[in-house]
Amino acid sequence: MAIEVRIPTILRNYTGGAKIVEGSGDTLTGLIDDLDAKHSGLKGRLITPEGGLHRFVNIYVNDEDVRFLGALEAKVKDGDSITILPAVAGGALGFAAAAALVGGWSRPASAPKAD
Amino acid sequence: MARYESLLDACGGTPLVGLPRLSPAVPEGAPPVRLWAKLEDRNPTGSIKDRAALFMVREAEESGHLRPGDTILEPTSGNTGIALAMVAKLRGYRLVCVMPENVSAERTQLLRMYGAEIIFSAAAGGSNQAVATAKQIAAEHPDWKMLFQYGNPANARAHYETTGPELLHDLPTITHFVAGLGTTGTLMGTGRFLREKVEGIQIIAAEPRYGELVYGLRNIDEGYVPELYDASVLTRRFSVGTRDAVLRTRQLIEVEGIFAGFSTGAVLHAALAVALEAVKAGNRADVAFVVPDAGWKYLSTGAYGGTLNEAEEALEGQLWA
Repeated sequence: MAIEVRIPTILRNYTGGAKIVEGSGDTLTGLIDDLDAKHSGLKGRLITPEGGLHRFVNIYVNDEDVRFLGALEAKVKDGDSITILPAVAGGALGFAAAAALVGGWSRPASAPKAD
Repeated sequence: MARYESLLDACGGTPLVGLPRLSPAVPEGAPPVRLWAKLEDRNPTGSIKDRAALFMVREAEESGHLRPGDTILEPTSGNTGIALAMVAKLRGYRLVCVMPENVSAERTQLLRMYGAEIIFSAAAGGSNQAVATAKQIAAEHPDWKMLFQYGNPANARAHYETTGPELLHDLPTITHFVAGLGTTGTLMGTGRFLREKVEGIQIIAAEPRYGELVYGLRNIDEGYVPELYDASVLTRRFSVGTRDAVLRTRQLIEVEGIFAGFSTGAVLHAALAVALEAVKAGNRADVAFVVPDAGWKYLSTGAYGGTLNEAEEALEGQLWA
């Protein structure tokens, strides 16, 4: 049994188009390293050069946000289901337009950090 | 029952209702684990957004951002537009909503009845099209005012000053607060208030997980975290898919007789998860969760009937929360 990882559309170019891939590891860091070995470049889209989780990436272990479970040190095990999603706000179309009007499509400089 | 000077004064003060049938059973002698629903559909336009709309308009009036007769521009496809339309009407402003052309007929009809004007952006272009349309309109009308609920502190303050105190008053033994995560205003405001007043309280976010079509992002850097969001207010955050949200929404009306929208189902799913954990751990729990709106506006989706697979299909590509 392995750990099942759901890949969002925008990252499937790293997985040959696969929606679900499998990996192994004891922590999220270990799992991402294992995935990167099989799907080169994936890690660079999830982890910043400083070694933190990318601000606009959310990762869930069994539907729970890893930022509240120890972030990259979150424990994972065989049989877990991992979901990777881009960060978006409720009412996707509304926020996109609103954000564009207030601060350009990129966020205002005053935006608080999410992680 | 109470009486109010005007509809705006009737905002908030919503009932907190126990769910004795849906609360998990505990072993004999174990401390009780109870679920409580805060019925925000009992607000003037039928959703929790009335609180934020009223506070944002009041704050803009006090700061001089809004002047009598001004036009408010709001990109929205949901409850915020309807709430703002009512507040704008009663306070003497014109409201223009920008929304994708594929939103439900109930929403556009409601907005028009409240007197809002609607400018549609092509649905096919997704977020990028909505952004382009909104930018164009703002450029043509530089005098129109934005309230920007995603970054407006008055949105969170509405909940710090009303939702939070109401919950504490009605349920002093509260141990968990669960709400949906969109603009994050409800969780940030209520969460901050409850953390200040109740030691050890858990603040739990339930985030709707839409079909990928809805996101329409081209890459990760197009993601967006609302300016109001402060992760340190939350204890945990759950992602809830369409299927679980529909299942719980149906369960709520079948078991407790509460007819709610699908975002409520997502919130209830997370509330039940923490309630069951409390039972397992043998802990006492009073779990209060938010019912943001009723189901009326979503009937035309067809997702209240048929199998779960059919409901999931019906909601695919829609913003159901």
